[in-house]
Amino acid sequence: MSERIIVPFGPQHPVLPEPIHIDLVLEDETVVEAIPSIGYIHRGLEQLVQKREYTEYVYVAERICGICSFIHALCYSQGIEHIMEVEVPDRARYLRTIWSECSRLHSHLLWLGLFADSMGFENLFMRSWQLRESVLDVFEDTTGGRIIQGTCKIGGVRRDIEQEKLDEMHRTLDPFEEKCRDLGDVFLNDETVKYRLQGLGVISKDEAYALGAAGPTARASGVAMDHRETGYAAYGDLGFKPVVETAGDCYARCAVRVKEVYASIDLIRKAIEGMPDGAIDVKVKGTPNGEFFSRAEQPRGEVVHYLKANGTKHLARARIRTPTLANIPPLVKMLPGAQLADVPVVVLSIDPCISCTER
Amino acid sequence: MAFMKRSPWILHYDASSCNGCDIEVLACLTPLYDVERFGIINTGNPKHADVLLITGGINAQNREVVENIYEQIPEPKVVIAVGACAATGGIFRECYNIIGGIDKVIPVDVYIPGCAARPEQIIDGVVAALSILEEKRAKMNGAAQETEQAGEST
Repeated sequence: MSERIIVPFGPQHPVLPEPIHIDLVLEDETVVEAIPSIGYIHRGLEQLVQKREYTEYVYVAERICGICSFIHALCYSQGIEHIMEVEVPDRARYLRTIWSECSRLHSHLLWLGLFADSMGFENLFMRSWQLRESVLDVFEDTTGGRIIQGTCKIGGVRRDIEQEKLDEMHRTLDPFEEKCRDLGDVFLNDETVKYRLQGLGVISKDEAYALGAAGPTARASGVAMDHRETGYAAYGDLGFKPVVETAGDCYARCAVRVKEVYASIDLIRKAIEGMPDGAIDVKVKGTPNGEFFSRAEQPRGEVVHYLKANGTKHLARARIRTPTLANIPPLVKMLPGAQLADVPVVVLSIDPCISCTER
Repeated sequence: MAFMKRSPWILHYDASSCNGCDIEVLACLTPLYDVERFGIINTGNPKHADVLLITGGINAQNREVVENIYEQIPEPKVVIAVGACAATGGIFRECYNIIGGIDKVIPVDVYIPGCAARPEQIIDGVVAALSILEEKRAKMNGAAQETEQAGEST
Protein backbone atom coordinates (compact mmCIF):
# COMPACT_ATOMS: atom_id res chain seq x y z
CA MET A 1 0.00 0.00 0.00
CA SER A 2 1.34 3.40 -0.89
CA GLU A 3 1.81 6.20 1.57
CA ARG A 4 -1.02 8.59 2.31
CA ILE A 5 -0.56 12.31 1.91
CA ILE A 6 -2.87 15.22 2.66
CA VAL A 7 -3.33 17.95 0.09
CA PRO A 8 -5.16 21.09 1.22
CA PHE A 9 -7.72 22.50 -1.23
CA GLY A 10 -8.72 26.14 -0.60
CA PRO A 11 -9.73 28.46 1.01
CA GLN A 12 -8.12 30.58 -1.71
CA HIS A 13 -8.18 28.42 -4.82
CA PRO A 14 -8.10 29.45 -8.50
CA VAL A 15 -11.17 27.49 -9.50
CA LEU A 16 -13.41 28.62 -6.64
CA PRO A 17 -14.55 32.20 -6.38
CA GLU A 18 -15.46 31.47 -2.76
CA PRO A 19 -13.52 30.09 0.17
CA ILE A 20 -14.08 26.52 1.28
CA HIS A 21 -11.32 24.37 2.68
CA ILE A 22 -11.11 20.64 2.05
CA ASP A 23 -8.32 18.39 3.26
CA LEU A 24 -7.87 15.72 0.59
CA VAL A 25 -6.31 12.48 1.81
CA LEU A 26 -4.57 10.95 -1.21
CA GLU A 27 -3.12 7.59 -2.07
CA ASP A 28 -0.98 8.30 -5.11
CA GLU A 29 -3.33 10.37 -7.27
CA THR A 30 -6.58 8.99 -5.90
CA VAL A 31 -8.65 10.64 -3.19
CA VAL A 32 -9.48 8.26 -0.33
CA GLU A 33 -11.02 10.74 2.06
CA ALA A 34 -12.20 14.33 2.02
CA ILE A 35 -12.47 16.40 5.20
CA PRO A 36 -14.25 19.72 4.70
CA SER A 37 -13.98 22.71 7.01
CA ILE A 38 -16.11 25.81 6.68
CA GLY A 39 -16.48 29.14 8.44
CA TYR A 40 -14.39 31.51 6.34
CA ILE A 41 -17.35 33.73 5.56
CA HIS A 42 -19.57 33.20 8.55
CA ARG A 43 -21.14 36.54 9.43
CA GLY A 44 -23.89 35.69 11.90
CA LEU A 45 -26.92 36.81 9.92
CA GLU A 46 -29.39 34.74 11.92
CA GLN A 47 -28.76 36.81 15.02
CA LEU A 48 -29.20 40.03 13.06
CA VAL A 49 -33.00 39.52 13.16
CA GLN A 50 -32.83 40.77 16.73
CA LYS A 51 -31.27 44.05 15.64
CA ARG A 52 -33.25 44.83 12.48
CA GLU A 53 -36.99 45.31 12.24
CA TYR A 54 -38.84 42.47 10.58
CA THR A 55 -39.58 44.59 7.50
CA GLU A 56 -35.95 45.69 7.14
CA TYR A 57 -34.62 42.16 7.43
CA VAL A 58 -35.83 41.46 3.88
CA TYR A 59 -32.77 43.38 2.67
CA VAL A 60 -30.48 41.36 4.91
CA ALA A 61 -32.12 38.12 3.77
CA GLU A 62 -31.44 39.21 0.21
CA ARG A 63 -27.75 39.56 1.02
CA ILE A 64 -27.37 36.11 2.52
CA CYS A 65 -26.30 35.19 -0.97
CA GLY A 66 -25.78 37.43 -3.97
CA ILE A 67 -26.69 34.74 -6.50
CA CYS A 68 -30.02 33.52 -5.16
CA SER A 69 -30.76 36.91 -3.59
CA PHE A 70 -34.34 37.26 -4.79
CA ILE A 71 -35.38 33.80 -3.62
CA HIS A 72 -33.96 34.37 -0.13
CA ALA A 73 -36.01 37.57 0.16
CA LEU A 74 -39.05 35.71 -1.21
CA CYS A 75 -38.68 32.84 1.23
CA TYR A 76 -38.35 35.20 4.20
CA SER A 77 -41.30 37.35 3.06
CA GLN A 78 -43.51 34.30 2.57
CA GLY A 79 -42.69 33.18 6.09
CA ILE A 80 -43.69 36.51 7.64
CA GLU A 81 -46.77 36.72 5.42
CA HIS A 82 -47.86 33.31 6.64
CA ILE A 83 -47.36 34.26 10.29
CA MET A 84 -49.31 37.51 9.82
CA GLU A 85 -51.92 35.85 7.60
CA VAL A 86 -51.40 38.30 4.76
CA GLU A 87 -52.86 37.36 1.38
CA VAL A 88 -50.53 38.44 -1.43
CA PRO A 89 -52.24 39.78 -4.61
CA ASP A 90 -52.13 37.55 -7.70
CA ARG A 91 -50.07 39.95 -9.77
CA ALA A 92 -47.41 40.05 -7.06
CA ARG A 93 -47.31 36.23 -7.01
CA TYR A 94 -46.70 36.14 -10.75
CA LEU A 95 -44.07 38.89 -10.65
CA ARG A 96 -42.30 37.01 -7.88
CA THR A 97 -42.31 33.88 -10.01
CA ILE A 98 -40.83 35.72 -12.99
CA TRP A 99 -38.00 37.18 -10.91
CA SER A 100 -37.39 33.83 -9.18
CA GLU A 101 -37.03 32.09 -12.50
CA CYS A 102 -34.78 34.87 -13.84
CA SER A 103 -32.65 34.26 -10.72
CA ARG A 104 -32.50 30.59 -11.54
CA LEU A 105 -31.56 31.32 -15.14
CA HIS A 106 -28.69 33.62 -14.20
CA SER A 107 -27.51 31.27 -11.46
CA HIS A 108 -27.52 28.20 -13.69
CA LEU A 109 -25.78 30.02 -16.55
CA LEU A 110 -23.21 31.29 -14.06
CA TRP A 111 -22.70 27.77 -12.76
CA LEU A 112 -22.45 26.26 -16.24
CA GLY A 113 -19.69 28.78 -16.97
CA LEU A 114 -17.78 28.07 -13.78
CA PHE A 115 -18.21 24.35 -14.33
CA ALA A 116 -16.78 24.64 -17.84
CA ASP A 117 -13.91 26.66 -16.38
CA SER A 118 -13.21 23.89 -13.86
CA MET A 119 -12.88 21.47 -16.78
CA GLY A 120 -10.52 23.89 -18.50
CA PHE A 121 -13.10 24.69 -21.19
CA GLU A 122 -12.46 28.45 -21.21
CA ASN A 123 -14.44 29.21 -24.35
CA LEU A 124 -17.62 27.67 -22.94
CA PHE A 125 -17.14 29.67 -19.71
CA MET A 126 -17.08 32.90 -21.69
CA ARG A 127 -20.11 31.92 -23.78
CA SER A 128 -22.22 31.01 -20.76
CA TRP A 129 -21.41 34.28 -19.04
CA GLN A 130 -22.10 36.24 -22.19
CA LEU A 131 -25.56 34.70 -22.33
CA ARG A 132 -26.04 35.39 -18.62
CA GLU A 133 -25.58 39.13 -19.20
CA SER A 134 -28.88 39.27 -21.10
CA VAL A 135 -30.68 37.94 -18.00
CA LEU A 136 -28.94 40.57 -15.88
CA ASP A 137 -30.09 43.21 -18.37
CA VAL A 138 -33.67 42.13 -17.72
CA PHE A 139 -33.05 42.44 -13.98
CA GLU A 140 -31.53 45.89 -14.37
CA ASP A 141 -34.37 46.96 -16.61
CA THR A 142 -37.17 45.74 -14.34
CA THR A 143 -35.73 46.21 -10.84
CA GLY A 144 -32.78 48.60 -11.15
CA GLY A 145 -30.27 46.15 -9.71
CA ARG A 146 -28.19 43.59 -11.52
CA ILE A 147 -27.78 41.02 -8.79
CA ILE A 148 -29.30 42.52 -5.64
CA GLN A 149 -32.83 43.48 -6.66
CA GLY A 150 -34.55 44.80 -3.53
CA THR A 151 -38.00 44.39 -5.09
CA CYS A 152 -39.48 41.79 -2.77
CA LYS A 153 -41.22 43.04 0.34
CA ILE A 154 -43.61 41.72 2.92
CA GLY A 155 -47.08 41.87 1.39
CA GLY A 156 -46.07 41.85 -2.26
CA VAL A 157 -43.48 43.45 -4.50
CA ARG A 158 -42.13 46.97 -4.69
CA ARG A 159 -42.17 47.47 -8.45
CA ASP A 160 -44.49 46.53 -11.25
CA ILE A 161 -43.42 45.47 -14.72
CA GLU A 162 -45.41 47.38 -17.36
CA GLN A 163 -47.27 45.49 -20.05
CA GLU A 164 -44.96 46.88 -22.78
CA LYS A 165 -41.96 45.56 -20.92
CA LEU A 166 -43.61 42.17 -20.43
CA ASP A 167 -44.36 41.96 -24.16
CA GLU A 168 -40.77 42.81 -24.95
CA MET A 169 -39.53 40.16 -22.54
CA HIS A 170 -41.84 37.64 -24.15
CA ARG A 171 -40.51 38.49 -27.61
CA THR A 172 -36.88 38.10 -26.54
CA LEU A 173 -37.50 34.72 -24.92
CA ASP A 174 -37.48 32.77 -28.19
CA PRO A 175 -34.10 33.96 -29.50
CA PHE A 176 -32.73 33.61 -25.94
CA GLU A 177 -33.96 30.03 -25.71
CA GLU A 178 -32.36 29.24 -29.05
CA LYS A 179 -29.00 30.48 -27.77
CA CYS A 180 -29.42 28.52 -24.54
CA ARG A 181 -30.16 25.37 -26.52
CA ASP A 182 -27.03 25.90 -28.61
CA LEU A 183 -25.04 26.22 -25.41
CA GLY A 184 -26.80 23.31 -23.72
CA ASP A 185 -26.07 21.17 -26.76
CA VAL A 186 -22.34 21.56 -26.09
CA PHE A 187 -22.72 20.59 -22.44
CA LEU A 188 -24.88 17.57 -23.22
CA ASN A 189 -23.32 16.23 -26.43
CA ASP A 190 -19.70 17.34 -26.63
CA GLU A 191 -17.29 14.39 -26.50
CA THR A 192 -14.73 16.17 -24.31
CA VAL A 193 -17.37 17.19 -21.79
CA LYS A 194 -18.79 13.65 -21.67
CA TYR A 195 -15.29 12.20 -21.29
CA ARG A 196 -14.58 14.42 -18.31
CA LEU A 197 -17.94 14.05 -16.60
CA GLN A 198 -19.50 10.65 -17.15
CA GLY A 199 -19.01 8.21 -14.29
CA LEU A 200 -17.33 10.85 -12.14
CA GLY A 201 -18.43 11.50 -8.55
CA VAL A 202 -21.30 9.02 -8.60
CA ILE A 203 -23.83 9.01 -5.81
CA SER A 204 -26.76 6.59 -5.79
CA LYS A 205 -30.39 7.47 -5.18
CA ASP A 206 -30.44 5.90 -1.71
CA GLU A 207 -27.22 7.58 -0.68
CA ALA A 208 -28.39 10.95 -1.95
CA TYR A 209 -31.63 10.56 -0.03
CA ALA A 210 -29.99 9.30 3.16
CA LEU A 211 -27.39 12.08 3.18
CA GLY A 212 -30.06 14.71 2.66
CA ALA A 213 -28.99 16.00 -0.74
CA ALA A 214 -31.02 18.91 -2.07
CA GLY A 215 -31.89 20.43 -5.42
CA PRO A 216 -30.17 19.41 -8.65
CA THR A 217 -27.71 17.21 -6.71
CA ALA A 218 -30.61 15.09 -5.46
CA ARG A 219 -32.56 15.24 -8.72
CA ALA A 220 -29.52 14.05 -10.71
CA SER A 221 -29.58 10.86 -8.61
CA GLY A 222 -33.24 10.24 -9.27
CA VAL A 223 -34.74 11.80 -6.12
CA ALA A 224 -37.65 13.77 -7.60
CA MET A 225 -37.71 16.50 -4.99
CA ASP A 226 -38.45 20.07 -6.01
CA HIS A 227 -40.20 22.45 -3.70
CA ARG A 228 -41.77 24.32 -6.61
CA GLU A 229 -44.14 21.35 -6.91
CA THR A 230 -45.96 22.52 -3.78
CA GLY A 231 -47.08 25.54 -5.79
CA TYR A 232 -45.85 28.50 -3.76
CA ALA A 233 -45.92 31.91 -5.51
CA ALA A 234 -47.54 31.19 -8.88
CA TYR A 235 -45.96 27.80 -9.53
CA GLY A 236 -49.23 26.05 -8.73
CA ASP A 237 -50.95 27.77 -11.67
CA LEU A 238 -48.17 27.15 -14.17
CA GLY A 239 -48.08 23.36 -14.21
CA PHE A 240 -44.59 22.64 -13.04
CA LYS A 241 -42.73 19.32 -13.36
CA PRO A 242 -39.27 18.70 -11.87
CA VAL A 243 -36.33 17.71 -14.07
CA VAL A 244 -34.94 14.34 -12.99
CA GLU A 245 -31.90 12.32 -14.13
CA THR A 246 -30.89 8.95 -12.74
CA ALA A 247 -27.15 8.42 -13.33
CA GLY A 248 -26.02 10.43 -10.27
CA ASP A 249 -22.67 11.44 -11.79
CA CYS A 250 -21.29 14.88 -12.67
CA TYR A 251 -22.76 14.61 -16.17
CA ALA A 252 -26.26 14.01 -14.75
CA ARG A 253 -25.92 17.02 -12.42
CA CYS A 254 -24.89 19.12 -15.40
CA ALA A 255 -27.78 17.77 -17.49
CA VAL A 256 -30.33 18.59 -14.77
CA ARG A 257 -29.20 22.21 -14.72
CA VAL A 258 -29.11 22.54 -18.49
CA LYS A 259 -32.66 21.21 -18.70
CA GLU A 260 -33.78 23.45 -15.83
CA VAL A 261 -32.62 26.43 -17.88
CA TYR A 262 -35.09 25.40 -20.59
CA ALA A 263 -37.78 24.74 -17.95
CA SER A 264 -37.25 28.20 -16.43
CA ILE A 265 -37.62 29.89 -19.81
CA ASP A 266 -40.86 27.98 -20.24
CA LEU A 267 -42.12 29.03 -16.81
CA ILE A 268 -41.32 32.70 -17.49
CA ARG A 269 -43.18 32.47 -20.79
CA LYS A 270 -46.25 30.96 -19.11
CA ALA A 271 -46.12 33.51 -16.26
CA ILE A 272 -46.02 36.43 -18.70
CA GLU A 273 -48.92 34.97 -20.69
CA GLY A 274 -51.02 34.36 -17.60
CA MET A 275 -50.14 37.63 -15.82
CA PRO A 276 -53.25 38.84 -13.96
CA ASP A 277 -54.11 42.52 -13.47
CA GLY A 278 -54.48 44.22 -10.14
CA ALA A 279 -52.51 45.53 -7.21
CA ILE A 280 -48.91 44.50 -6.58
CA ASP A 281 -48.95 44.74 -2.79
CA VAL A 282 -51.16 44.93 0.28
CA LYS A 283 -50.60 47.10 3.32
CA VAL A 284 -49.16 45.17 6.22
CA LYS A 285 -50.10 46.40 9.67
CA GLY A 286 -49.06 45.29 13.14
CA THR A 287 -46.31 42.95 14.20
CA PRO A 288 -45.95 39.20 13.65
CA ASN A 289 -46.57 36.73 16.44
CA GLY A 290 -45.99 33.01 15.91
CA GLU A 291 -43.59 30.73 14.11
CA PHE A 292 -43.31 29.20 10.67
CA PHE A 293 -41.04 27.04 8.52
CA SER A 294 -40.89 28.83 5.20
CA ARG A 295 -39.48 26.89 2.28
CA ALA A 296 -38.62 27.78 -1.32
CA GLU A 297 -36.68 26.23 -4.16
CA GLN A 298 -33.41 27.97 -4.92
CA PRO A 299 -31.23 27.23 -7.93
CA ARG A 300 -29.17 25.01 -5.61
CA GLY A 301 -32.03 23.30 -3.84
CA GLU A 302 -34.49 23.84 -1.07
CA VAL A 303 -33.91 26.70 1.36
CA VAL A 304 -35.62 26.74 4.75
CA HIS A 305 -36.21 29.88 6.78
CA TYR A 306 -37.49 29.09 10.26
CA LEU A 307 -38.90 32.30 11.72
CA LYS A 308 -40.09 32.83 15.27
CA ALA A 309 -41.81 36.08 16.13
CA ASN A 310 -42.89 37.29 19.55
CA GLY A 311 -45.24 40.15 18.75
CA THR A 312 -42.56 42.85 18.70
CA LYS A 313 -40.90 44.62 15.76
CA HIS A 314 -37.91 42.29 16.03
CA LEU A 315 -38.11 38.56 15.47
CA ALA A 316 -37.03 36.35 18.36
CA ARG A 317 -35.12 33.83 16.25
CA ALA A 318 -34.38 32.90 12.67
CA ARG A 319 -32.79 29.72 11.44
CA ILE A 320 -31.73 29.45 7.84
CA ARG A 321 -30.88 26.09 6.27
CA THR A 322 -29.40 26.57 2.84
CA PRO A 323 -29.05 23.94 0.10
CA THR A 324 -25.26 23.93 -0.11
CA LEU A 325 -25.00 22.99 3.56
CA ALA A 326 -27.22 19.99 2.80
CA ASN A 327 -25.06 19.12 -0.21
CA ILE A 328 -21.72 18.99 1.62
CA PRO A 329 -22.25 15.46 3.08
CA PRO A 330 -23.03 14.08 -0.42
CA LEU A 331 -19.91 15.89 -1.70
CA VAL A 332 -17.78 14.17 0.93
CA LYS A 333 -19.26 10.88 -0.30
CA MET A 334 -18.58 11.70 -3.98
CA LEU A 335 -14.93 12.66 -3.67
CA PRO A 336 -13.29 9.32 -2.63
CA GLY A 337 -12.18 7.47 -5.73
CA ALA A 338 -11.76 10.59 -7.86
CA GLN A 339 -8.39 11.60 -9.26
CA LEU A 340 -6.81 14.73 -7.79
CA ALA A 341 -7.14 16.48 -11.15
CA ASP A 342 -10.90 15.85 -11.13
CA VAL A 343 -11.49 17.26 -7.65
CA PRO A 344 -12.39 20.81 -8.82
CA VAL A 345 -14.98 19.36 -11.21
CA VAL A 346 -16.58 17.21 -8.50
CA VAL A 347 -16.60 20.06 -5.97
CA LEU A 348 -18.24 22.40 -8.47
CA SER A 349 -20.77 19.78 -9.53
CA ILE A 350 -22.82 20.42 -6.36
CA ASP A 351 -22.81 24.15 -7.21
CA PRO A 352 -21.32 25.23 -3.89
CA CYS A 353 -22.52 28.60 -2.67
CA ILE A 354 -20.43 29.22 0.41
CA SER A 355 -21.99 32.58 1.28
CA CYS A 356 -25.32 30.80 1.65
CA THR A 357 -23.82 27.93 3.59
CA GLU A 358 -22.16 30.02 6.23
CA ARG A 359 -24.68 32.86 6.46
CA MET B 1 -5.19 53.94 -20.73
CA ALA B 2 -2.08 55.27 -22.45
CA PHE B 3 -0.09 55.14 -19.22
CA MET B 4 -0.44 51.38 -18.93
CA LYS B 5 2.87 49.95 -19.90
CA ARG B 6 2.53 46.65 -18.10
CA SER B 7 -0.13 44.04 -17.78
CA PRO B 8 -1.29 43.87 -14.17
CA TRP B 9 -2.38 40.54 -12.73
CA ILE B 10 -5.18 40.41 -10.22
CA LEU B 11 -5.76 38.10 -7.30
CA HIS B 12 -9.35 37.97 -6.11
CA TYR B 13 -10.28 36.82 -2.61
CA ASP B 14 -13.75 36.62 -1.08
CA ALA B 15 -13.37 37.60 2.57
CA SER B 16 -16.97 37.42 3.76
CA SER B 17 -19.14 38.97 1.11
CA CYS B 18 -22.54 37.79 -0.02
CA ASN B 19 -21.11 36.66 -3.36
CA GLY B 20 -22.69 39.58 -5.17
CA CYS B 21 -19.48 41.54 -5.67
CA ASP B 22 -17.56 38.35 -6.45
CA ILE B 23 -19.70 37.45 -9.39
CA GLU B 24 -19.49 41.05 -10.59
CA VAL B 25 -15.68 40.81 -10.41
CA LEU B 26 -15.88 37.67 -12.52
CA ALA B 27 -18.35 39.39 -14.85
CA CYS B 28 -15.62 41.98 -15.56
CA LEU B 29 -13.52 39.21 -17.09
CA THR B 30 -16.22 37.94 -19.42
CA PRO B 31 -17.07 39.12 -22.94
CA LEU B 32 -19.30 42.10 -22.16
CA TYR B 33 -16.74 43.95 -20.02
CA ASP B 34 -13.64 41.98 -20.95
CA VAL B 35 -10.83 43.54 -18.93
CA GLU B 36 -8.40 41.08 -20.48
CA ARG B 37 -8.16 43.44 -23.43
CA PHE B 38 -6.17 45.74 -21.10
CA GLY B 39 -3.87 42.87 -20.21
CA ILE B 40 -5.54 42.35 -16.84
CA ILE B 41 -5.57 38.68 -15.90
CA ASN B 42 -7.16 36.97 -12.92
CA THR B 43 -4.59 34.69 -11.33
CA GLY B 44 -4.88 32.20 -8.51
CA ASN B 45 -1.33 32.51 -7.26
CA PRO B 46 -0.50 35.39 -4.87
CA LYS B 47 3.13 35.40 -5.96
CA HIS B 48 2.09 36.18 -9.55
CA ALA B 49 -0.21 39.03 -8.59
CA ASP B 50 0.19 42.83 -8.54
CA VAL B 51 -3.30 43.76 -7.41
CA LEU B 52 -5.25 42.23 -4.53
CA LEU B 53 -8.98 42.59 -4.97
CA ILE B 54 -10.96 41.78 -1.83
CA THR B 55 -14.72 41.62 -1.36
CA GLY B 56 -16.51 41.42 1.98
CA GLY B 57 -15.54 42.26 5.53
CA ILE B 58 -13.07 40.63 7.88
CA ASN B 59 -14.17 37.94 10.32
CA ALA B 60 -12.35 35.92 12.94
CA GLN B 61 -11.48 32.98 10.72
CA ASN B 62 -10.42 34.66 7.48
CA ARG B 63 -8.29 37.34 9.15
CA GLU B 64 -5.14 35.22 8.96
CA VAL B 65 -5.88 34.12 5.41
CA VAL B 66 -6.13 37.73 4.22
CA GLU B 67 -2.91 38.70 6.01
CA ASN B 68 -1.18 35.65 4.59
CA ILE B 69 -2.23 36.39 1.01
CA TYR B 70 -1.20 40.05 1.39
CA GLU B 71 2.23 39.05 2.69
CA GLN B 72 2.78 36.69 -0.24
CA ILE B 73 2.18 39.29 -2.95
CA PRO B 74 5.50 40.84 -4.03
CA GLU B 75 6.09 44.62 -3.80
CA PRO B 76 4.90 46.91 -5.29
CA LYS B 77 1.28 45.91 -4.69
CA VAL B 78 -2.08 47.62 -4.34
CA VAL B 79 -5.17 46.53 -2.47
CA ILE B 80 -8.69 47.24 -3.68
CA ALA B 81 -11.67 46.86 -1.35
CA VAL B 82 -14.75 46.09 -3.44
CA GLY B 83 -18.21 46.91 -2.12
CA ALA B 84 -19.70 48.44 0.99
CA CYS B 85 -18.84 45.56 3.32
CA ALA B 86 -15.17 45.56 2.28
CA ALA B 87 -15.03 49.27 3.14
CA THR B 88 -16.84 49.29 6.48
CA GLY B 89 -18.64 46.03 7.05
CA GLY B 90 -21.68 47.44 5.22
CA ILE B 91 -24.99 45.78 5.90
CA PHE B 92 -23.20 43.15 8.01
CA ARG B 93 -21.43 45.65 10.29
CA GLU B 94 -23.58 44.76 13.31
CA CYS B 95 -23.04 41.01 12.97
CA TYR B 96 -21.20 39.45 15.89
CA ASN B 97 -18.65 37.77 13.67
CA ILE B 98 -17.67 40.78 11.55
CA ILE B 99 -14.62 42.72 12.72
CA GLY B 100 -15.03 45.46 10.12
CA GLY B 101 -13.67 46.50 6.74
CA ILE B 102 -10.51 45.20 5.06
CA ASP B 103 -8.48 48.17 6.36
CA LYS B 104 -8.70 46.74 9.90
CA VAL B 105 -6.12 44.15 8.82
CA ILE B 106 -4.20 45.34 5.76
CA PRO B 107 -3.68 48.78 4.16
CA VAL B 108 -6.20 49.55 1.42
CA ASP B 109 -5.42 51.83 -1.55
CA VAL B 110 -8.75 52.03 -3.36
CA TYR B 111 -12.31 51.69 -2.06
CA ILE B 112 -15.05 50.81 -4.55
CA PRO B 113 -18.55 51.73 -3.31
CA GLY B 114 -21.78 49.88 -4.03
CA CYS B 115 -23.83 46.98 -2.79
CA ALA B 116 -23.20 45.16 -4.98
CA ALA B 117 -20.49 47.10 -6.82
CA ARG B 118 -21.19 47.30 -10.54
CA PRO B 119 -18.66 46.02 -13.10
CA GLU B 120 -18.15 49.56 -14.47
CA GLN B 121 -17.25 50.79 -10.97
CA ILE B 122 -14.89 47.85 -10.44
CA ILE B 123 -13.08 48.60 -13.71
CA ASP B 124 -12.86 52.28 -12.70
CA GLY B 125 -11.39 51.27 -9.37
CA VAL B 126 -8.85 48.96 -10.95
CA VAL B 127 -7.73 51.72 -13.33
CA ALA B 128 -7.30 54.08 -10.36
CA ALA B 129 -5.32 51.38 -8.56
CA LEU B 130 -3.02 50.95 -11.54
CA SER B 131 -1.83 54.55 -11.40
CA ILE B 132 -1.12 54.06 -7.69
CA LEU B 133 0.82 50.92 -8.61
CA GLU B 134 2.91 52.93 -11.11
CA GLU B 135 3.63 55.58 -8.43
CA LYS B 136 4.69 52.92 -5.95
CA ARG B 137 6.93 51.31 -8.54
CA ALA B 138 8.54 54.67 -9.41
CA LYS B 139 9.10 55.33 -5.72
CA MET B 140 10.69 51.92 -5.25
CA ASN B 141 12.95 52.41 -8.27
CA GLY B 142 13.91 55.87 -6.99
CA ALA B 143 14.75 54.47 -3.56
CA ALA B 144 16.78 51.68 -5.16
CA GLN B 145 18.76 54.20 -7.26
CA GLU B 146 19.43 56.36 -4.20
CA THR B 147 20.88 53.46 -2.23
CA GLU B 148 22.96 52.50 -5.29
CA GLN B 149 24.33 56.05 -5.57
CA ALA B 150 24.95 56.17 -1.83
CA GLY B 151 26.84 52.90 -2.18
CA GLU B 152 29.02 54.32 -4.99
CA SER B 153 29.90 57.54 -3.12
CA THR B 154 31.20 55.76 -0.02
